Amino acid sequence: MSSTIVSLPDQSTARIPKTNFITKENGLLSWLLTGDHKRIAVLYLISITFFFAIGGALAGLIRLELLTPQTDLMATDTYNKVFTMHGVIMVFLFLVPSVPATLGNFLIPIMIGAKDLALPKINLLSWYLYVVGGILVIYTMASGGVDTGWTFTTPLSTHYVNTNVMSTGLAVFIAGFSSIFTGLNFIVTLHKMRCPGMTWFRLPLFCWAHYAASILMVLGTPVLAIAIVLIALERTVGIGVFDPAKGGDPLLFQHLFWFYSHPAVYIMILPGMGVISETISTFSRKRVFGYTAVAFSSVAIAVFGFFVWAHHMFIMGISNYAVLVFSLLTMLVAVPSAIKIFNWTFTLYKGSITFETPMLYSFGFMGLFTIGGMTGVFLGASGTDIHLTETYFIVAHFHFVMVGGMLMAFLAGIHFWWPKITGRMYPEKISQLAAVVTFIGFNLTFFPQFILGTLGMPRRYAAYPPEFQVLNVFSTAGATILGVGYLLPILYLTWSLKYGEIAGNNPWQATGLEWQIQSPPLTENFIETPIMDHEAYDYEWLERQKATEVASVG
Amino acid sequence: MSDSPAIANGAVAADHHEHPAYQRHHFHSVEQQADTTNFAMWLFLLTEIMFFGGLFTAYLIFRNWYYPAFVEASHQLNIFWGTANTAVLISSSFTMAMGVWSAEMRRKGTLVLCLVLTFILGLIFLGIKTIEYSEKIEKHHVPGFHYSLQSFTNPASDPEIYKEYHDKPMALDMARHTELYFFLYFAMTGMHALHMIIGIAILGFMILRARAGAYTTGHVTFVENFGLYWHFVDIIWIFLFPLLYLISRHQ
Amino acid sequence: MSEQTEHAAHEQAQHGEHEHHITPPVVYVVIFVTLLVFTALTVGASYIEMGVFNPIVALAIGVVKATLVVLFFMGVKYSTKLTKLTVFAGLFTFMALIGMTLADYFSRAWGRW
Repeated sequence: MSSTIVSLPDQSTARIPKTNFITKENGLLSWLLTGDHKRIAVLYLISITFFFAIGGALAGLIRLELLTPQTDLMATDTYNKVFTMHGVIMVFLFLVPSVPATLGNFLIPIMIGAKDLALPKINLLSWYLYVVGGILVIYTMASGGVDTGWTFTTPLSTHYVNTNVMSTGLAVFIAGFSSIFTGLNFIVTLHKMRCPGMTWFRLPLFCWAHYAASILMVLGTPVLAIAIVLIALERTVGIGVFDPAKGGDPLLFQHLFWFYSHPAVYIMILPGMGVISETISTFSRKRVFGYTAVAFSSVAIAVFGFFVWAHHMFIMGISNYAVLVFSLLTMLVAVPSAIKIFNWTFTLYKGSITFETPMLYSFGFMGLFTIGGMTGVFLGASGTDIHLTETYFIVAHFHFVMVGGMLMAFLAGIHFWWPKITGRMYPEKISQLAAVVTFIGFNLTFFPQFILGTLGMPRRYAAYPPEFQVLNVFSTAGATILGVGYLLPILYLTWSLKYGEIAGNNPWQATGLEWQIQSPPLTENFIETPIMDHEAYDYEWLERQKATEVASVG
Repeated sequence: MSDSPAIANGAVAADHHEHPAYQRHHFHSVEQQADTTNFAMWLFLLTEIMFFGGLFTAYLIFRNWYYPAFVEASHQLNIFWGTANTAVLISSSFTMAMGVWSAEMRRKGTLVLCLVLTFILGLIFLGIKTIEYSEKIEKHHVPGFHYSLQSFTNPASDPEIYKEYHDKPMALDMARHTELYFFLYFAMTGMHALHMIIGIAILGFMILRARAGAYTTGHVTFVENFGLYWHFVDIIWIFLFPLLYLISRHQ
Repeated sequence: MSEQTEHAAHEQAQHGEHEHHITPPVVYVVIFVTLLVFTALTVGASYIEMGVFNPIVALAIGVVKATLVVLFFMGVKYSTKLTKLTVFAGLFTFMALIGMTLADYFSRAWGRW
């Protein structure tokens, strides 16, 4: 039994294919005006990494401040700005576009056998909107930041702060449209551009996950947009729609904001789940258990996700009736997520498991997302939520699902498809080390925060009672380790661009149309339109392919 | 695909290497392209309905909370202009639908006429809106800009409206809530008008292209998809009109 | 000839293509007039005291008018299942937003300043 499934071509004779989407055209303009979904994906990857680094630095500042109970590193107002910008950048400029805009953009057309997404110009527009949003965020930071929290809760954001709410709101508004257009593009592509034979139920589960996330992007984000418009009007004109003194209701903002922001967390996690379906299958050499269940549960998460938003508002003044209804519905939405975890576990069972880096990240995902998800159920119970809300328990919960879950899935995906995108393998040993370091660092950072939350430490506070210091120190220590864990991939992945081993078409011996074409792919993806004649994750088909294939690279 | 108008009219059939100039390379047929862009426009309209949804939610809440204020404030809107605008917009939807039909039937002259009529009707709508808005500005009913409660605390000071409705003077706190009504009025009709302006601008572009024959050779998707947008804007107004103008005109 | 149309229809079905229905102008005229009639109706209804039914009637007429525009002017009556599903999805989410938000407001005791 081999300990790795990696199968690379003979390195002494292997070459990156001369004609590919990177070498096709040269010059900055050919990249900035491209319609090629793969180039746009790479543009996104670079921009997202840039903003992730900024968001990560801000996280470092937060953890540094929280080393001591007093506000000794920065003033309280500054701390408020730091965690707000951290949230805004990480949510809107990193997590929401991460997998869809990079991996989704790159892979979906190839996975369905198409030449490009349905609307390439809209795809490029999406990226430009993202960049404009990002520039506005940088402008906001340069001109003093905003300190309302990424949730812009009224009436604080409308009546009580003098900071850059408008520019941040505008940035989020524009970035929101970037997201809407990406989702719109994916939905249209998946419906209309599948190659002959590619029925819905032969699609890789990656596509199903993106389809579900795209529905949320298209239907949810506009409500965020109008919420921001109302904040802007309230701040400039002062009409009173959120001002109790003028007969308005601050909760109206929260209803509109969370109507998007709860589905937003599913926008963030679903594509990651799509990645996990692919990696778990490949590294257990087994088709995903219960394909239909996983596919439908993705859509179920999307649908149910629209009905639970007020669980972010249990203590804000909504009616007891609303608390009851939303609490019950929140219990319901956990079910499809759990179905996926069960199905992945059953995929592993009796699979031929190997532990390459994407699989390590996937294991990390499964464990950490389960913990994060279950704590979400605790919070969905309104009784517990009253005690735990606005404490570090919440912070721990969402970092477990978003960082332990989503970010790990993103890294799993980047490593898994890195050979396809660049034609080169990343260095396995150091990447496995980075994965383990990340896992350790993550747990050390965020597990103490669950305890801190139950003990009563409030979130968004720069100072805290001294009895919480020990756990905070653990958390900061973990954050340092986590930082190393995230820095390493940036370094070795860049290194691999020049020095990585040549990957060939299918280093993972994976199924899926993307692994049947060259690495990096041609601009038009396929020389002739493929005809899909087998189910997804059909490893027998792959065996037959290899038997008849003539190996050639270059 | 033999029932496509392209073939019916004897145009060159698209084969593997030749395709009409307007077919993008990632599509394998014009039908796929038309289908795709049509679906994309529908999805865009979904985002629009959710965008306006937030405003409708706000409206329903505050109307429920401050009904008397909303009633009296809505009397300030001129029902003649409102009804006229509704008729104008419905007519423009009709002319737009006829425009799409003309494109499908390849009647360039009729198409241009319909688009021009839609354009003019759109401008008339905006013109009437301008009249209405200037009335509001004159009477200081613009929230946040020296908003005046005079017409509501002392309705008799507004003879034309008072003659019709004989509103009772409102208590000060309820009168203040009329500002919320007018905020929603301006936000919703303003957002609607913004969509009209964008639509009219695109119509202008379309008229020029239509005159050049771009839409009457079998490639009607642009006109069709714009039609969808235009009808959607009409539907928003179909709801704005009763919600804003017709809250209660009886006494 | 019939074989050809059969083949074309089969191809259409396979590719999920849809016979493109062109609505005759007379339908548009009828709908146009109907919409104007309903507009007059809704204006008239606002002058009649019907208590709690006033908003119900107004919204109902609005829904009828919107439905006519969607079905005929926008062609949804003759559209593919996908288009109809899309329209439904939009309406459904719209109603979820309004319905569930209002459910909170209607069940609150506070807030009427």
